[in-house]
Amino acid sequence: MSHVILKAIEKTYPNGYKAIHGVDLEVEDGEFIVLVGPSGCGKSTLLRMVAGLETITDGEVHIAGRKVNELEPSQRDIAMVFQNYALYPHMTVYKNMAYGLKNLGTPKDEIEQRVNDAARLLEIDGLLDRRPKQLSGGQRQRVAMGRAIVRKPTVFLFDEPLSNLDAKLRVQMRLMIKTLQTDLETTTLYVTHDQVEAMTMADRLVVMNDGIAEQIGTPTELYDKPATLFVAGFIGSPAMNFVDSQFAEEGKSVLLNNLNLPVIQKIETDVTEIVLGFRPEHIELNDQGPIELVVDIIENLGVESIIHAHLKDSSISIVVRQTESLIVPKGEIIRAHIPAQKLHFFDKNTGKSLE
Amino acid sequence: MIENRPIDTFVSHAVLLAGIAIVMFPVWITLVAASHDAARLLQIPLPLGLGDQFFDNLKHVIGEGVNNSVSLGIMLFNSLVMALMIAFGKIAISLLSAYALVYFDFRFRMMFFWMIFITLMLPVEVRILPTYEVVAQLNMLDSYWGLSIPLIASATATFMFRQTFLSVPDELLEAARIDGAGPMRFFFDILLPISRTSIAAMFVILFIYGWNQYLWPLLITTDKNMYTIVMAIKQMMEALEETPQWHYIMMTAFLAMIPPVIVVITMQKLFVKGLTETEK
Amino acid sequence: MLLKQVHFKSSALPYLLVAPQIIITLIFFIWPASQALFQSLLLEDAFGLSSEFVWLDNFKELFEDEHYINAFGRTLFFSGMVAATSLSFSLVLAAMADRVIKGTGIYRTLLIWPYAVAPVVAGALWVFMFYPTTGIISTTLNSMGYEWNHQLKGDQAMFLVIMAAAWKQVSYNFLFFLAAMQAIPKSLIEAAAIDGASPVKRFWTIIFPLITPTTFFLLVINVVYAFFETFGIIHVVTKGGPAKATEILVYKVFNDGFVGLDLGGSAAQSVILMVVVIALTTFQFKYIERKVEY
Repeated sequence: MSHVILKAIEKTYPNGYKAIHGVDLEVEDGEFIVLVGPSGCGKSTLLRMVAGLETITDGEVHIAGRKVNELEPSQRDIAMVFQNYALYPHMTVYKNMAYGLKNLGTPKDEIEQRVNDAARLLEIDGLLDRRPKQLSGGQRQRVAMGRAIVRKPTVFLFDEPLSNLDAKLRVQMRLMIKTLQTDLETTTLYVTHDQVEAMTMADRLVVMNDGIAEQIGTPTELYDKPATLFVAGFIGSPAMNFVDSQFAEEGKSVLLNNLNLPVIQKIETDVTEIVLGFRPEHIELNDQGPIELVVDIIENLGVESIIHAHLKDSSISIVVRQTESLIVPKGEIIRAHIPAQKLHFFDKNTGKSLE
Repeated sequence: MIENRPIDTFVSHAVLLAGIAIVMFPVWITLVAASHDAARLLQIPLPLGLGDQFFDNLKHVIGEGVNNSVSLGIMLFNSLVMALMIAFGKIAISLLSAYALVYFDFRFRMMFFWMIFITLMLPVEVRILPTYEVVAQLNMLDSYWGLSIPLIASATATFMFRQTFLSVPDELLEAARIDGAGPMRFFFDILLPISRTSIAAMFVILFIYGWNQYLWPLLITTDKNMYTIVMAIKQMMEALEETPQWHYIMMTAFLAMIPPVIVVITMQKLFVKGLTETEK
Repeated sequence: MLLKQVHFKSSALPYLLVAPQIIITLIFFIWPASQALFQSLLLEDAFGLSSEFVWLDNFKELFEDEHYINAFGRTLFFSGMVAATSLSFSLVLAAMADRVIKGTGIYRTLLIWPYAVAPVVAGALWVFMFYPTTGIISTTLNSMGYEWNHQLKGDQAMFLVIMAAAWKQVSYNFLFFLAAMQAIPKSLIEAAAIDGASPVKRFWTIIFPLITPTTFFLLVINVVYAFFETFGIIHVVTKGGPAKATEILVYKVFNDGFVGLDLGGSAAQSVILMVVVIALTTFQFKYIERKVEY
């Protein structure tokens, strides 16, 4: 049985703004779900509705078999880690972690036991007497985690917990959270706008846009088979190339500017205006390739190079990613080829995938 | 910082010292007068340095009182009680109402807000007569309650605490709710402790406000045992024509000055913070 | 923003929380204020036995009363002088304190004293220094051939209350000016120095324009202070005399009401003062709102 169930969740603010337009989601026990999307897409709102910090306009939230729509946050058996950590500034680390348990009336020695265990796990056992002000960003992050862990909740909720950390620390903490979650096997909902964070941590992702879940799936599914133009553009860096196009030869090939690219299998559709998509890393440079690209600029990162170019005799720009460094002067023409199975097709009007 | 030429720095310090001399001169003269006897203060040229009568004068005003047979000790005590009642009273009711106004959505919230806001506008001096009548009808003349409670009805502190509460991150409340804290527990466990500097800053300002009240105590006290030290000065000056007792008057002025000055100096940082944050 | 985005659900609790303040406000403020409003429309006979509803006659009478018009003008002059004296004195000191590297803290400590001194005490201090027969300054002036007697000369009395009132306000103005100056990014001053501006020029072209909002704010505060909080000073220094030379509006309310027992007239004066405060406060509030945009 699923552990967290969202049924047709909707959120309308008192001012009439509709933030969530009916989201359905079933989360398995122990699963790590990441809600990802640009700012304002409703991902945080959705998380906060699960937490009980926002009222639910319509739909139902179930946690561990209970409908929790009307329950106070503290009664939902959840714990939450906030973006700015929300540590109580006047309390020591120990008290911060113990506060929730104290309010639940947990016996003192058990509180001590649990706080100490969590502190050891997070390697903050030396900091228990400090105040939040005396801690570094990473340490505060750990305390916030500790505050969540001691409660032994049935669901962890994370609201962009790493966005206040510097890049290096973020990678470290990402790994720590994932390890911890795997060990504790606690069901987790995690909100982020960073797609790398999302892809590396998630068992499954929910890509949100304008209050709608565009696609729900594993990282591989999202990468290989994006259901919409939005997901295709959002997942992957640099972003997928999109070219307005149409099918030719009764669906056996697709147009790239004035070039016919064969498709892997004939696509049956009435849609005439389509968007052709292909990822920068799927373009193979090849002297015999049919596609002629004029180089504009090359970003050389050592491990890879990103080529910004445009199609010859057109203004359509194309980004190519190569795993070797490359030095080509501006204006030079390179030839390339895209394997047929790496092409994606979307309805230009609805944004839906045509595969 | 830009390096100043030594002459610039010298000029700056000189101007500051001159300014301080002007500002401190009246205070110094008070101390000088308080340390001489009556006769010396009638001789011209008047003294500019300290005399040796300070403790005699102090003993006299504290012990016997001046003109009106009430010891200054009692008046100092009355002033202290009034100042503390006003300071603590205002802080308590303001914390509660600010908490309600910021953290709760309830009917008539805006009406209450404006009611409190209007009181911010009107100093007691302006509505003195009708307020006096109300206090008289409530039989609160000549009492500590009458001295302090009508002055508690001002919105300064409510506004400052409202400001403080609004600057508290929302996530703290959310975290507390997830940690199972209800409204009162959040108030006492989280909000009050993190607002303690604002509370202390407000205390300094309100203590001085309370201590320095003059017109209100003047009106509502007729019992000499309820007089405050600030009133005493005026009373002593009334008798100036017949018996010039400048040494006692200045000693009293000095005593009236000392408690609020000590509060300001020792809690200077909080005081400055309180002033600049409330903007009055 | 007046309310937290996340807030508690409504119940009886918020009403209990605001109750103490609201009750005190109702009893000791709203009720007396409406009494004043009501009384201002009444005419009582000298013994307070009967009263008659006279609408705005009390107000009309006030504005036809030469004494009242004079008191109004006097109050404006007094407030303007107090504000100008105190502000300019504090501005100079703050500018100097902002420039010195060492000792700012000590200077500040010495300058905040007057704030803590009660108006009446401040008045007593200044009377003592200027007391015609035994004051240290008045006797010095007399010996230099300048005759000082504020008990007889109205302009000297006015000068004395202005000085006492301005003295008390120096601390407040100094603190705000200094805070405003120290909030100016040092890089701005340094940029001006690199552009070759002399210290004096830097002050007038960079610092002074940048602290304009504070100056403006303080101007309002000082006027409000001089209007309403100087009762104690006047009462102890001059009692409004000689010959009403220092009778400002707040003092006149007290005098007419408590001493002259003209309740209707005094109430009408109260109402006018309330209007003045409300106007000034609204003005100041507007300014605060504007400042948020800066």
